Amino acid sequence: MGVFLNIILFGTEVTTKTLLANYHLDLFQTEVEETLKRIQSHKGVIGTMVVNAEGIPIRTTLDNSTTVQYAGLLHQLTMKAKSTVRDIDPQNDLTFLRIRSKKHEIMVAPDKEYLLIVIQNPCE
Amino acid sequence: MREFRTLTAVRGIIPEGAGLGVAGGSPRTQSRLLPCSGVGTGGACALIASRLLGNRVREEPVLSCKGAGTDNDGCPQRTPSISVGRGTRKKDEDSGTDVGEGTDEWSQSKATVRPPDQLELTDAELKEEFTRILTANNPHAPQNIVRYSFKEGTYKLIGFVDQLAVHFSQVGNLIPKDSDEGRRQHYRDELVAGSQESAKVVHSDTEILEEEEEPKEAEAEAGSQTDVPAAEAAEKVTEELMTPMQPKERKLTNQFNFSERASQTFNNPLRDRECQMEPPPRTNFSATANQWEIYDAYVEELEKQEKTKEKEKTKTPVAKKMGKMAMRKLTSMESQSDDIAKVTQAAKIVERMVNQNTYDDVAQDFKYYEDAADEYRDQEGTLLPLWKFQNDKAKRLAVTALCWNPKYKDLFAVGHGSYDFMKQSRGMLLLYSLKNPSFPEYIFSSESGIMCLDMHVDHPYLVVVGHYDGNVAIYNLKKPHSQPSFRSSAKSGKHTDPVWQVKWQKDDMDHNLNFFSVSSDGRIVSWTLVKSELVHTDVIKLKVEGSTTEGLEGLQLHTVGCGTAFDFHKEIDYMFLVGTEEGKIYKCSKSYSSQFLDTYDAHNMAVDAVSWNPYHTKVFMSCSSDWTVKIWDHTIKTPMFIYDLNSAVGDVAWAPYSSTVFAAVTTDGKAHVFDLTINKYEAICNQPVVAKKKNKITHVQFNPIYPIIIVGDDRGHITCLKLSPNLRKMPKEKKGQEVQKGPAVEIAKLDKLLNLVREVKTKT
Repeated sequence: MGVFLNIILFGTEVTTKTLLANYHLDLFQTEVEETLKRIQSHKGVIGTMVVNAEGIPIRTTLDNSTTVQYAGLLHQLTMKAKSTVRDIDPQNDLTFLRIRSKKHEIMVAPDKEYLLIVIQNPCE
Repeated sequence: MREFRTLTAVRGIIPEGAGLGVAGGSPRTQSRLLPCSGVGTGGACALIASRLLGNRVREEPVLSCKGAGTDNDGCPQRTPSISVGRGTRKKDEDSGTDVGEGTDEWSQSKATVRPPDQLELTDAELKEEFTRILTANNPHAPQNIVRYSFKEGTYKLIGFVDQLAVHFSQVGNLIPKDSDEGRRQHYRDELVAGSQESAKVVHSDTEILEEEEEPKEAEAEAGSQTDVPAAEAAEKVTEELMTPMQPKERKLTNQFNFSERASQTFNNPLRDRECQMEPPPRTNFSATANQWEIYDAYVEELEKQEKTKEKEKTKTPVAKKMGKMAMRKLTSMESQSDDIAKVTQAAKIVERMVNQNTYDDVAQDFKYYEDAADEYRDQEGTLLPLWKFQNDKAKRLAVTALCWNPKYKDLFAVGHGSYDFMKQSRGMLLLYSLKNPSFPEYIFSSESGIMCLDMHVDHPYLVVVGHYDGNVAIYNLKKPHSQPSFRSSAKSGKHTDPVWQVKWQKDDMDHNLNFFSVSSDGRIVSWTLVKSELVHTDVIKLKVEGSTTEGLEGLQLHTVGCGTAFDFHKEIDYMFLVGTEEGKIYKCSKSYSSQFLDTYDAHNMAVDAVSWNPYHTKVFMSCSSDWTVKIWDHTIKTPMFIYDLNSAVGDVAWAPYSSTVFAAVTTDGKAHVFDLTINKYEAICNQPVVAKKKNKITHVQFNPIYPIIIVGDDRGHITCLKLSPNLRKMPKEKKGQEVQKGPAVEIAKLDKLLNLVREVKTKT
């Protein structure tokens, strides 16, 4: 889609704002998709999942039960961590949460509305 | 019908008669009553009536009495004979009562059933008289009732005892004619009379007939009657009197015989119908008010207030509309965006994290590893390979340019194109970060191969590139689309040959961004960004100086010099050096487009790079495909140092940390690092840095702060290498003496070296 629009833009120089806007959105979309794909294909990565503000997984590469477990627990933990950070200084905020365990490293990136969780085996 | 009449008669007439008869009573009445004794109730009635009337009674009350007798119209009361009367008087004396008379009649049959225990009395005993005195005292009334008197504190005998004994009492329904109620009744009856005329007539007829029979019977019973005519007359009178009364009697309703009629409608059976709805969803809501939540609420409130203030300020109608339009656009854009796009930032961070984990050892090396072996080597150092950068999209595209970002020290730009002029294809501009070696941060592709690039010092997001087709273009990293923000065209004075080097300049007088480009078409062009346009100005046109080439055969081709590299003096704004394909280096000025300030016969082949020393303002360096690297003092026409590297030199670069250190890369896949203070004759590091010998290294760049270099080869790979301690050796610390640092020291250091050479040169 992105490529297609690209061609249209280039060929006919159609530069209406709406088209451009759509194009940009698509660009963002595909960019995120690709990034997630890259992360998943990266060495040692066991799974990635996106969890919404309520702790409900939106997309995942793991099986259902594992995802639900991870999403529920990590959502709680992240909220607690965020609360802690902000309680100490309300102007501060949690940007990242890394949990290093014997077997894995769990990385949680809290965005505005979503949590991106990646589980990696760094020793691999 | 008859009952009806009798009832009315009793009610209406007897009281009248009673009133008449009060005056006097005579024994004759008693005798007259005898024959009708035993008739029953009717008889009793007659008895009362006759007693009251006495002898002087007229016929009319008697007639009414006859009415009172239930069924014998032909009662003989009206014709009493004296004889009969006497007989009865005798009997009356015996019994004294009417009842006694009755018993006397059937006493004989009664005697037989006399009870056995009855006393047998003699006649004398029977004749004996007992006298009883009746008193008004009640024999059963108690005589000794006592009551407690609270007043006196003792029981006291009550003298007064009620002697009245009531055996029977009945409330009658007779109404006296003279009373108010009687009169009212009378009046009411008269009112109704009018409506019942017809009925009256019929009734009266029948009655007349009945009345006519009566006299006959009376005659038969009485036998000889003296006063028949009188009786008849009286009868007629009574009839006349009675007839108006009769309809009244009928009017009276039977008060006991009333009926009530009611009906009930059919009741529909009650029915309950119920249904249960789904219970509304419930949620438990609970929240804790943390300090930060309160803070957030306040911040939000403040923002709102500010917004409303702003709105009030900018409330012109046009502005409103515009604002609305913008809002609409924004919202439409937002609604279109998918949820997942919101994790862009997070995804980027996580990707770096994952890479950090994967390349943890490399990162550790980058930060902390120092080659311990350097201590045991005299001067030589090594290059430690760190990350390798490559991308599928840039496969088989040679690295034609490298440039570190002046602001973000981990970010560098790579231009991909081709140096093989027979195999030109597309170009790529990639920006990598050391934090993510696996994938570029930015990707821009172009139709023509990129030959050179530069990043703006003050605006690190602006990248200018020169293309093989002679175009120059500016990419803006802030804008997400993959097209250049500005681009030259055939109209706007693009080069006709590949652009070999571009360089951002300081902003001009009007604060417009501008850059220079050099191409093998011999032109050096200054490009200025005026508003949204690229405006070009030819600064200088390279001409081949001297008659050597021109004079031989007068070929036109050689009249134009082909610029391949240039560099601008760090301090003297107008001065710059241009290297050409012919191997010459020209020192030029921006102000003089007609002639060169100086010309150096530097190389025998094309000059690949020229570069001013970052510290020493007089010194520059050049490299060429003729295998040599030369260091010059721009005031002296001959090179100060010449190094032969046994292979075509692709690029040279001064180290940012020392005035005497530089690196050069050769097409045989080797990197050479020199430190003139340590060894001014040969490189202190001479190391192959690409796997295959075939890979030609094309470019090298020092990182501005970290002790690393990046080298690019013609297969599109970029390798990051760490300089070992020997390659960045600083002057040794002496006891009690501070180590001097700064540009002045560096200049002195290089000057010292150069002076040695100068001395030699002057000697020779």
